[in-house]
Amino acid sequence: MKILSLVSAALLAATVIPASAAEISDGKVKIGILNDQSGVYADFGGKWSFEAAKMAVEDFGGTVQGAPIEVITADHQNKADIASNIARQWYDTEQVDSIMELTTSSVALAVQGISAEKKKIDIITGAASSDLTGKACSPYGFHWAYDTHALAVGTGGALVKQGGDTWFFLTADYAFGYSLEEQTSNFVKSQGGKVLGAVRHPLATTDYSSFLLQAQSSGAKVVGLANAGLDTANAIKQAAEFGIVAGGQRLAALLFTLSEVHGLGLEAAQGLTLTEGFYWDRDDESRKFSQRFFDKTGRMPNMIQAGTYSAVLQYLKAIDKAGTDETEAVAKELHSMPVDDVFARGGKVGANGRMIYDMYLMEVKKPSESTKPWDYYKVLATVPGDEAYIKPAESGCPLVK
Amino acid sequence: MTMIFGIPLQAFLGQLLVGLINGSFYAMLSLGLAIIFGLLRVINFAHGAQYMLGAFVGYLLLVHFGVGYWPALLIVPIVVGITGIIIERLALSKLYDIDPLYGLLFTFGLALVIEGIFRYYFGVSGNPYSVPELLAGGTNLGFMFLPNYRGWVVVASLAVCLGTWFAIEKTKLGAYLRAATENPRLVQAFGVNVPLLLTLTYGLGSALAGLAGILAAPVYQVSPLMGSNLIIVVFAVVVVGGMGSIMGAIVTGYMLGLAEGLTKVFYPEASNIVIFVIMAIVLLVRPAGLFGKDA
Repeated sequence: MKILSLVSAALLAATVIPASAAEISDGKVKIGILNDQSGVYADFGGKWSFEAAKMAVEDFGGTVQGAPIEVITADHQNKADIASNIARQWYDTEQVDSIMELTTSSVALAVQGISAEKKKIDIITGAASSDLTGKACSPYGFHWAYDTHALAVGTGGALVKQGGDTWFFLTADYAFGYSLEEQTSNFVKSQGGKVLGAVRHPLATTDYSSFLLQAQSSGAKVVGLANAGLDTANAIKQAAEFGIVAGGQRLAALLFTLSEVHGLGLEAAQGLTLTEGFYWDRDDESRKFSQRFFDKTGRMPNMIQAGTYSAVLQYLKAIDKAGTDETEAVAKELHSMPVDDVFARGGKVGANGRMIYDMYLMEVKKPSESTKPWDYYKVLATVPGDEAYIKPAESGCPLVK
Repeated sequence: MTMIFGIPLQAFLGQLLVGLINGSFYAMLSLGLAIIFGLLRVINFAHGAQYMLGAFVGYLLLVHFGVGYWPALLIVPIVVGITGIIIERLALSKLYDIDPLYGLLFTFGLALVIEGIFRYYFGVSGNPYSVPELLAGGTNLGFMFLPNYRGWVVVASLAVCLGTWFAIEKTKLGAYLRAATENPRLVQAFGVNVPLLLTLTYGLGSALAGLAGILAAPVYQVSPLMGSNLIIVVFAVVVVGGMGSIMGAIVTGYMLGLAEGLTKVFYPEASNIVIFVIMAIVLLVRPAGLFGKDA
């Protein structure tokens, strides 16, 4: 009798376990982190995002539904064609289940299109354009850390409130820059402000003095930098040189994160207002997480890296809850599950794929106010998620009825 | 207010000056390239990396040894020049007798390796380097606010360019150098140590790149990418000027800086291709470049 029950238990186990593992395609869950690892945005997310993704897998336990989890990475060099080739190869021949991070809006738009066509999930943390959950939304596409609308409302709103009612833009000449400039302009105008002009510069420009002179002679109270990464850092450094701030104009770094503040140094960055979704020194939980990240990478995470951690973790939780890595089922869980982790509190995902959570308005500290390494921000205000992000119904996403 | 092409005269003058400042960097970098190509027939793709190296040596001197900008201005070119000499002795000198393509490939690979190493250790966001106190602030010229440091860059670059041109075209050592490239065997027969001359030339070219790097450090972020962002433009400058023509490189550097500056006013989106458009036109009309001798 005893033997019989043992045998039947073994038989049961033998049938149950493969049955559950069969719910995971190819017997493993494979996540691809695709971003810029050698160009102007390589510190923005870069290989550090890959580290964050690996931390999420570690914290999840290394397996989901009995299947191992694998994370791979590649450098797309900020080129949409290279990124598209890698994405197709990953989906078609390397059994990748989901592509994440996707810094640079042009790349994210291309890869989200491919993911939708191949019916795969993509979670974007590194790109900014709100079109990703607007007219270019996908039933399997998600946008995690931030977007151009949140930056416009956060940083733009704060400066208009402080009396910065005339603006001049220095804009990166591609989808992201346009989107950021347009949304900030709209927001400034809706608050009664005026936009006096804008100048478009190519990506990875090193000298901004011509553009800064144009901004200076426009007489605008605020010079909005609708660019990112090394471009913004160079523009800020040279603005100081040309006496833009000393002359009474304010700089708005619309997309600037902890990584770039670190690179620029507090001397040049002090007093900047910026919007981020995460700060390592927020509370004990974030400090503990960030310290672990620091031990692996030698730097504190910004919202892209912490956001990638959150995205990977949430994706694994969704697979666990759905009991399968089948795209429709996982997407359904991702749309309905609340997001509660070290990165986002009480986050929710809209029908357009936008993860809505609270953002923080920060001011960069003066060198004298900074008491320890990476002590860079004062939190000025919390921007509630519902204000920061476009309501799904108004996003222009055709999936939202 | 006086207007030129629809923009105020003052703004126009400001943009011209800014173009001149950028032209200074182009001139100094293309000068080094032109010397190396003119005398060694090596297309030195590592020039951008050597420029970046100059900025980083300055930065590291400041952070680790507390050596400020002015001493660095002297030390950096020496350090970068010595690395250049080592590169020439160990590798480049072995490539003179074979197809020039190998020199190009070698220096290109070397540039990628140097950049990769710095990217690994320092990331790409760059590191801060402040303007020296003596040159902080700026002067109001009436038509624009000129940061003192940028004014210094123009003066320093003009002095270096003219000094180098003078040394090569007008001194005895320069005459040896030029002779050694025309006919190395004959010059050697006169008892001149030709390999040593070539080594020193490469060292000098590298040192010029390093000097441009330390001059650029307070203006741009000290970043591993700073060289590769600039090197292609600088090559275009050398081609437009006429490969190997030293005066051509200097004059073209300033001219293209101005052309780029003006493009930034009238049609900024094209500012990073205008130099290449000019290059294409020049090559069509004068294949040897503006100042090149017809082959």
